[in-house]
Amino acid sequence: MSGNVWIYIAVMAAVSFAVRVLPLTLIRGQIRNRFVRSFLYYVPYVTLAVMTFPAIVEATQSPVAGALALVVGVVLAWLGAGLFPVSVCCCLTVLLAELLLVH
Amino acid sequence: MEQTLRRPGREFLEGMRDGVPIAAGYFAVAFSLGIAGRNAGLTALQGFIISVLNHASAGEYAGITLIAAAAPYWEMALTILITNARYLLMSCAMSQKFGPDTPFFHRIGVGFGITDEIFGITMARPGHLEPRYTYGAMLVAIPCWALGTALGITAGNILPVRAVSALSVALYGMFLAIIIPPARKDRVVLVLVALGFAASLAAEVLPLVRELSAGSRVILLTLILSMGAAALFPIKEEEGGEDHVG
Repeated sequence: MSGNVWIYIAVMAAVSFAVRVLPLTLIRGQIRNRFVRSFLYYVPYVTLAVMTFPAIVEATQSPVAGALALVVGVVLAWLGAGLFPVSVCCCLTVLLAELLLVH
Repeated sequence: MEQTLRRPGREFLEGMRDGVPIAAGYFAVAFSLGIAGRNAGLTALQGFIISVLNHASAGEYAGITLIAAAAPYWEMALTILITNARYLLMSCAMSQKFGPDTPFFHRIGVGFGITDEIFGITMARPGHLEPRYTYGAMLVAIPCWALGTALGITAGNILPVRAVSALSVALYGMFLAIIIPPARKDRVVLVLVALGFAASLAAEVLPLVRELSAGSRVILLTLILSMGAAALFPIKEEEGGEDHVG
């Protein structure tokens, strides 16, 4: 390493902070434009969906275990289970599936 | 106003409760991040500080790789900007959920806490954004993220592979719990979630698009799909964060 680690850390922190805080502090009022409002309304769902699949299948040792966790998670969430139960059941699904699938 | 009906202490505790599954997932991811940091020659303290300040998996991973490669500082700045650019979009979306009476400094505090997961649970709450809820989740999740990083650096392999593998889906399970219930109620959201899954899979396979980093693909797909939905199915005026109507 030739660069100073602490300067790297400071640069990382400054950019991360700016990216997160600037829009929140600059956009103070309610946006009136209906297209922009609709766009921002849909953003969370699309972002989270895109990040979940296929990543969930790739995160586990066995892709089958990840796929099973996806199915279990979707079904439980559809039935109205909360954040914590869905999350724990997905983890348990992977644990059990990999006990059988991965040796 | 509705402020008088709210109990700030309870909201803080609810935030801490919802922060627990986030923390569990973070711990596993941060742990593997710590192993990368160990290979890059970082100390546990440096890893801890990087994680407290950045709390962003892809961004930190890219950053650690650049530290190991002794890259120029401007390259570090640009890389962090690109890998974390989705937070820019999330910050815009969050700005519309702030109530007019919420003091300004909360925008800085809540903004600092934006991660994929904390953004997700904050936006999933009905009504105006309640900063104390977000702070509760941050207080549980971010220290766990930082501790996981530091532990990954000091003790690379204390956690069995099976446990890391199982914990790694905790975050995705939470994402599902956030997006599926609204998808059940709103057909447009349901189609968007399905399209999001399909497009995300396609983006990993298609030439050109697959060359992009994972962070850039998320931004690209979010922009295209959300804009398409906004153009074809604009929300009714009372939607979009104003759940107290009706």
